[in-house]
Amino acid sequence: MRAALSTLEVARPRSLDHALALLHDSLGHGRLVPLAGGTDLFVSLNAGQVPGTRYLDLGSLRELRGVRERAGALVLGAMTTFSEIREHALVRRRYPALAAAAAEIGAWQIQNRGTLGGNIANASPAGDSLPVLMVLEAVVHARSVRGAREVPFSGLFRGYRDLALEPDELITAVSLPAAPARAQQFFRKVGTRRAQSISKVVLAGLLRLGRDGRVDLARVSLGSVAPVTLRARRAERVLLGAKPSATASAAARAALLEDIAPIDDIRSDREYRLLVSGNVLEQFLRAAAPRFARG
Amino acid sequence: MSASVALSLTVNGRRRRLRVPPMKRLLDVLREDCGLTGTKEGCGEGECGACTVLMDGLAVNACLVPAVQADGARILTVEGLAKGPALSVLQRAFVERGGTQCGICTPGILVTAHALLQRAKGRVPAAVEVRVALAGNLCRCTGYQKIVDAVRAAATARKPRAAARARPPRAAAKARRSAPRGRGVRR
Amino acid sequence: MGADVPKREGFEKVTGRALYVDDLRLPGMLHGRTVRSTVARGLVRRIEFDPAFDWNGVVIADHKDIPGANVVAHILEDQPLLVADEIRHADQAILLVAHADPERAEAAARAVRVEVEPLEAVLTIEDALAAQVRIHGEDNVFKEIRIARGDAAAGMAGADVVVRGVYRCGHQEQLYIETNGMIAERTPEGGIVVRGSLQCPYYVHHALQRMLGLPPGKVRVIQTVTGGGFGGKEDYPSMIGGHAALLAWKSGRPVKIVYDRLEDIASTTKRHPALIRVRTGLKRDGTLLATDVDVVMDGGAYVTLSPVVLSRGAIHAAGPYRCPNVAIRARCVATNTPPNGAFRGFGVPQTVFAMESHMNRVAAELGLDPLELRRRNAYVVGDVTPTGQTLRESVGAHEVLERTVARARWAGKRRRYERENAAAGRAERAGRFAPGGRRLRRGIGLALGWHGIGFTGSGETMLQSLAALDLTPDGRPRVLAANTEIGQGAITVFTQMVAERLGVTPGLVLVETPDTGLVPNSGPTVASRTTMVVGGLLEKCAQGMRDRLELFAERPLENSADFQRVAKRFLAERGLLRVERRYQKPSHIEWDDATYKGDAYGCFSYAAIAVEVEVDLDTGEVRVLRATTAQDIGKAIHPVLATGQIEGGTLQGLGFALLEEVRWKDGRIWNHQLTNYIIPTAVDAPPLDVVIVECPYSGGPFGAKGVGELPMDVPAPAVVAAVAHATGVRVDELPVTPERLLGALAHRKGTR
Repeated sequence: MRAALSTLEVARPRSLDHALALLHDSLGHGRLVPLAGGTDLFVSLNAGQVPGTRYLDLGSLRELRGVRERAGALVLGAMTTFSEIREHALVRRRYPALAAAAAEIGAWQIQNRGTLGGNIANASPAGDSLPVLMVLEAVVHARSVRGAREVPFSGLFRGYRDLALEPDELITAVSLPAAPARAQQFFRKVGTRRAQSISKVVLAGLLRLGRDGRVDLARVSLGSVAPVTLRARRAERVLLGAKPSATASAAARAALLEDIAPIDDIRSDREYRLLVSGNVLEQFLRAAAPRFARG
Repeated sequence: MSASVALSLTVNGRRRRLRVPPMKRLLDVLREDCGLTGTKEGCGEGECGACTVLMDGLAVNACLVPAVQADGARILTVEGLAKGPALSVLQRAFVERGGTQCGICTPGILVTAHALLQRAKGRVPAAVEVRVALAGNLCRCTGYQKIVDAVRAAATARKPRAAARARPPRAAAKARRSAPRGRGVRR
Repeated sequence: MGADVPKREGFEKVTGRALYVDDLRLPGMLHGRTVRSTVARGLVRRIEFDPAFDWNGVVIADHKDIPGANVVAHILEDQPLLVADEIRHADQAILLVAHADPERAEAAARAVRVEVEPLEAVLTIEDALAAQVRIHGEDNVFKEIRIARGDAAAGMAGADVVVRGVYRCGHQEQLYIETNGMIAERTPEGGIVVRGSLQCPYYVHHALQRMLGLPPGKVRVIQTVTGGGFGGKEDYPSMIGGHAALLAWKSGRPVKIVYDRLEDIASTTKRHPALIRVRTGLKRDGTLLATDVDVVMDGGAYVTLSPVVLSRGAIHAAGPYRCPNVAIRARCVATNTPPNGAFRGFGVPQTVFAMESHMNRVAAELGLDPLELRRRNAYVVGDVTPTGQTLRESVGAHEVLERTVARARWAGKRRRYERENAAAGRAERAGRFAPGGRRLRRGIGLALGWHGIGFTGSGETMLQSLAALDLTPDGRPRVLAANTEIGQGAITVFTQMVAERLGVTPGLVLVETPDTGLVPNSGPTVASRTTMVVGGLLEKCAQGMRDRLELFAERPLENSADFQRVAKRFLAERGLLRVERRYQKPSHIEWDDATYKGDAYGCFSYAAIAVEVEVDLDTGEVRVLRATTAQDIGKAIHPVLATGQIEGGTLQGLGFALLEEVRWKDGRIWNHQLTNYIIPTAVDAPPLDVVIVECPYSGGPFGAKGVGELPMDVPAPAVVAAVAHATGVRVDELPVTPERLLGALAHRKGTR
């Protein structure tokens, strides 16, 4: 079943600019497939699915590595691994939901190789880091021979595994704006088992109550319940300005069901995903503000 | 762009220069080109961890690493764990404590456990910590209990003796807390 | 004896030196690949070889190339090695290709197009029973077995309470971490040698004789270090071994076939799914008066081992309980799915799951503690089983029950969890939740099981197992047996038992490789028989050898060094020394295959388990907190190895209960990637607390019974009971996935 790996070619660029030039030149006659950590690609190859015969190795591009602060934001190179994210002091302190998500992607071996850029570019609806990036309102930095571009996360996914990037653009970095002060961060993955699993439902959330006790910040994102990772806008609208109560929680839940479109697939079914999405939303709300559970 | 690439990598401390297809899996490079069959294939999809090796000190699934990205890397496989003819403390713990049954997962598990003990720097990891570290290494035979116990026993045996001697009361208390509990055989 | 000597082959395994079949390479070797059907049932109309493909150097073999019979010989000979014209299951082997370059072999397999006229397929137990489409005989039934004792109908009529239940479990994949693999090569003398991952070299030996038309002396089968079997390498190696042999036969070159994981899951044997109806009649105080069980198993497309799985499942179906009136009806049906086979437990995990879940249901309905119900009915010495066997000795049912509940602190935990669950419910209503806003509930469940040791009924007599012990040139005793080390510690245990009888250290004893050219047929490594039956033969061989040497020396032997000196002197003066012993049925064991009455097994092992779980009511996720189990195995020859068997089998049982489900799409296995067939990781596995109980069996070496499969029989019903205790909802179908659990909770009115 495995693809014939010996027939596959790899371009090894000397620099990011070189990589972008190679990528651009390859359009039209066998586009180079970017190769990051390989943790998704090689699973496909093993199953006999071959995305292309020519690959662009990003592994040696130092421009894509490293974590830096810039004007209050944290900028992570596209080739930052999930182990690095999981263990980075600033990520753990400022974006605990992202550190939590990184710790639940596969296990050590996958986290040591899987990259942030790869997880985004793979655009799986079940990508565990994606809902967190969505609620943190991350910005994807892309580059091509034509220059640099910034794409807000909310506009990144056009459809199932379809990114709003040009075929010759590479993701170079992801910047995380300063997390809203005093907002609770939440991450919950419901997988097929307790470790090394693909999610059936994955939810990330940000919630904050203002001084008047009403919700003044609500961001909710889910994966595995639609063709793309999505912001649950209807649920957010119901929550914004609401006073936490069981009624508000139920209303948010009802709105959420309009935001998502889960299906039956190899791991779970639509009915389960509908029910559990709502349940996990309510878990999030009462974890963030216990009053959401009271009459 | 070429159909084969020149690689220079260090495997178990020995420099190897090879010429292989760039997308050949590191697993196959080790097993075929280096003749090191200790690292095993259990699934080819990064799920079972039987192919775990250390790459620049980090545990990775060799079935998911293309040869081209191993260029210049320092690789440690199961064959590199023992010092000469003597087993390492970790290996010996597995043999003596039932940490290995059929043995097919053992190489990958030993490599991951080795990485865990390196990171723990003389501390004895808690059972749950060992389990999390080994979450990417599937075993079908043992139920993991004796693997966890063997790893912790090895960590206990490896603790710097000087530190243990210098503070006897605390060391004794720590030994009591971290020694494998008396599960197992009762008559 | 009873000591924890280091595992004999441990050094090779921890250094990466152990050679599994895929580590072997022979000069001139070809890599074989299998072309398989994509439909569940049909007729092969045409086979096309893509003209655009370069077939140079590719060896092709089909059914016409088979020199002998196109069969994989098992109990019957109904399964072909390769499809002749009729496809009876998806992923059935049609054609074989081989090439020196594995990538070319893979591409060649993909360049074959098989044109099939599809036929309507039978895919489920219900379809098979309905028999609208007939794929085997008139009623799609491979085999039916009935067991009867007393008068079940009358017993029901006289009962205070009758409880009914329907239980269901599906396929389970053995998931040995080393996939199936074989290397075959022709010998210059016109024979064949096959090396590979297997449990039963003589099964493969027999099958190869039939398919190649060779006499026994021209076939040689050698076991390589095997990375797990669990029954999945009991009969399947005859198929893959036959494929490799056929390609080697045709090409004249060595051929290696090693499955990747996707092919292994898709096409090899699985645990038999079962649909089981249980009815029990009891007195109000919980005394069993009548048990009626109807078992239907799914055998897949060919008979293979199904009659034996069915038999064992049926014999155990009423549980280890005293009951004067028992009726068991067991049928195995045919479906157009890959044939099912052996998986640790071999029918018993299925029927004991049903009976134990049922007993817990009974306890709930009668308002009895599940422990009390079992105390009232569990076997004691002198009780009679449904086949009419009097349990004369070695019945540890009560002891394992009491040791389990004591160690698990059953009564206290039950009360504590009930209190905590009620408190959690109250707290949640007041707006207080567990961290993460979760609603968690805990529960504890109990199960008791039994497992007959060795082949059923006259099986051991038919096997006529022969084991031997000889001396190497330097005076070391050497075990000659066909039983295989597959991780369970067979090699180590053999050395211990032989050493004990010889009066030497285990380190002196060698164990020959299971190579049909070198060892006699001591029977397969299945049915939990290795220590008890074959170890028993070796114990007798050792005694025989000791007697011979002491007679020769005219004095008792003192120790290992003395043994070796005397042995070498014997060899110099008298020549070779080889002692053989053949299985002899103990005189008091009587079994009637026609009526299914008598002594089904020489003895039974017993196990009890208490499983504690934590359930997330919002997601249906079940986390196993702890498993505590006491198991009566007669005598632990090597306590660490025995405990290892119990721990490993328990976790496989927990996987069976919660995680492992084979999902189908159009008659093919949908989740054949390891990503989607879920077995427990180290994080899913709970701490496993094992107590070994020893009720010695006089017919076993040093009192030992068997332990290999027993642990698999009890976890699932205990998990179901624990989940019921935690949530108030009982799920009667395995696995208890979050989807099933939430579905069951939704049907119930109100939650705690």
